[in-house]
Amino acid sequence: MKVLVPVKRVIDYNVKVRVKADGSGVDLANVKMSMNPFDEIAVEEAIRLKEAGVASEVIAVSIGVKQAQETLRTALAMGADRAILVIAADDVHQDIEPLAVAKILAKIVEEEQPGLVLAGKQAIDNDMNATGQMLSALLGWSQATFASDLKIEGDSAVVTREVDGGLQTIKVKMPTIVTVDLRLNEPRYASLPNIMKAKKKPLDEKTAADYGVDVTPRLQVVKTTEPEARQAGEMVPDVDTLVAKLKEKGVV
Amino acid sequence: MAVLLLGEVNDGALALDATAKTVSAAKALGDVTVLCAGASAAAAGEAAAKIDGVSKVLVAEDAALGHRLAESTAALIVSLAGDYDHIVAPATTDAKNVMPRVAALLDVMVISDASGVIDADTFERPIYAGNAVQTVKSSDAKKVITFRTSTFEAAGEQAAAPIETVGGAAVSGLSEWVEDKVAASDRPELTSAGIVVSGGRGVGSEEDFKIIEALADKLGAAVGASRAAVDSGYAPNDWQVGQTGKVVAPELYIAVGISGAIQHLAGMKDSKIIVAINKDEEAPIFQVADYGLVADLFTAVPELTEKLG
Ligand SMILES: Cc1cc2nc3c(=O)[nH]c(=O)nc-3n(C[C@H](O)[C@H](O)[C@H](O)COP(=O)(O)OP(=O)(O)OC[C@H]3O[C@@H](n4cnc5c(N)ncnc54)[C@H](O)[C@@H]3O)c2cc1C
Ligand SMILES: Nc1ncnc2c1ncn2[C@@H]1O[C@H](COP(=O)(O)O)[C@@H](O)[C@H]1O
Repeated sequence: MKVLVPVKRVIDYNVKVRVKADGSGVDLANVKMSMNPFDEIAVEEAIRLKEAGVASEVIAVSIGVKQAQETLRTALAMGADRAILVIAADDVHQDIEPLAVAKILAKIVEEEQPGLVLAGKQAIDNDMNATGQMLSALLGWSQATFASDLKIEGDSAVVTREVDGGLQTIKVKMPTIVTVDLRLNEPRYASLPNIMKAKKKPLDEKTAADYGVDVTPRLQVVKTTEPEARQAGEMVPDVDTLVAKLKEKGVV
Repeated sequence: MAVLLLGEVNDGALALDATAKTVSAAKALGDVTVLCAGASAAAAGEAAAKIDGVSKVLVAEDAALGHRLAESTAALIVSLAGDYDHIVAPATTDAKNVMPRVAALLDVMVISDASGVIDADTFERPIYAGNAVQTVKSSDAKKVITFRTSTFEAAGEQAAAPIETVGGAAVSGLSEWVEDKVAASDRPELTSAGIVVSGGRGVGSEEDFKIIEALADKLGAAVGASRAAVDSGYAPNDWQVGQTGKVVAPELYIAVGISGAIQHLAGMKDSKIIVAINKDEEAPIFQVADYGLVADLFTAVPELTEKLG
């Protein structure tokens, strides 16, 4: 069984985001970019499935600007076997919407015939939480989102999901799409020898046009602004003062 | 213009707060029809009919719709979509599971976690963990939207609107429910509570999380947690507040032993009053707190619990 892992290049989660003064978006020039943290968890899970003999090959895919090559090299260094880069934009500020990403991924799924797609639950830049569900819809497959546990049992996957009320376990028919949540695993770091080896692993380059997918956004960004900043209040010296203040405000 | 709103139904009961907040958000867009779907949904439908601003309720009862499995629920919504310009839901985990699937089946984009309605095509939504707010205008024929409930007031009550039953849930056979692990609790629900007390890594253990819970119980509050506290097993996953957890905006939020990472702030910085208790005076949480107390939580929190009420 092949496993396909879509990985997105996003602003590093430690970087302080700056909104551009002209309201056109967030400044992404010269900031540290990394693999979306949820996608690291997906790559890790795919590699573990391969190590357990359940998966035969792990293919990482990224859609966006040419620089997403670096993200794919990271996936290869972690242990993915090969990678596909789909160039769909030339400006780092152009985000490809989940619907277009899902359409491109659907074409790749048709070509590669994976038994499982492991995606992140959410990209930490656009915070959409949509691509996996959309891909599943386009393919008419089952879906299991927000996974904190995954077991492959024959032609089914048993997935425990993190939901608002706690945990839900479902059994889905393969092929399927699983989107991963924070508690599924702890991703490994790539070792130096593996980083070297990754440079020799195959990385195919395609374009959105190769798949016949129009990536024109459906949502036009009218403007991007900073949220209202919250003012720091006061420090209180002790619990008694805190209690007095809260009573004064009438909240306790 | 007409709006189809997916009511939040759990085990046959309506989650009134989340649904009523979404009705408030959706009212500006047109006549609101609420869909209550589930293995049993009639009681939920009756509750939804009484939310002010609801003009009609559709009840779909079918075993295949139990547990809100995405494939059947999405198929049902798509079968009804023809009559509506907007298809909306609260941004709960259930709806986030279903609505992007609906959008893709309709070949439209989804607008996730909208926090504001500008006009019928234009919406605001937070991005980058709430570090930026984007205004987006949709060019799609139908808009599929989840609304961030913490930014809308719950709609009030009205005389019951008419209720119709609808059928025809597609039995997908693609997925089946196995089990739910839900901890029963007498505490208020996290996203609708007036007061939330949250603990972080500083609390140190599951055992010591009882200190946090005791303060919450004294205040009639819900309990929250940081990701670090959940990852470390001190608190269950559904207590996580933040960018990738729950978003809350209570009257009072008390953060204990939480440093204030941006991913945590994303889930609570719209709270009315924020209190932070942390032994590190440099902790970033103090930059958003209305009242900050530099103290060891193991002495400050029990003292606070004792002196309140
Ligand atoms: C993709 C992604 C998604 C994420 N999503 C979320 C999310 O949704 N929610 C979330 O919370 N985080 C999230 N995070 C994690 C976030 O970046 C932080 O790591 C996390 O919030 C830190 O939790 P914490 O403040 O409890 O722990 P720490 O940062 O370790 O802080 C512990 C604090 O406790 C204080 N402390 C220790 N002992 C005591 C004591 N005895 N008395 C008083 N104070 C004490 C310390 O001074 C410190 O400030 C996410 C991260 C990533 C990468
Ligand atoms: N441009 C992209 N390239 C590759 N994978 C993507 C891309 N956008 C989204 N994904 C995948 O979809 C997941 C959810 O993203 P989103 O729906 O944008 O929140 C991510 O964690 C990735 O696994």
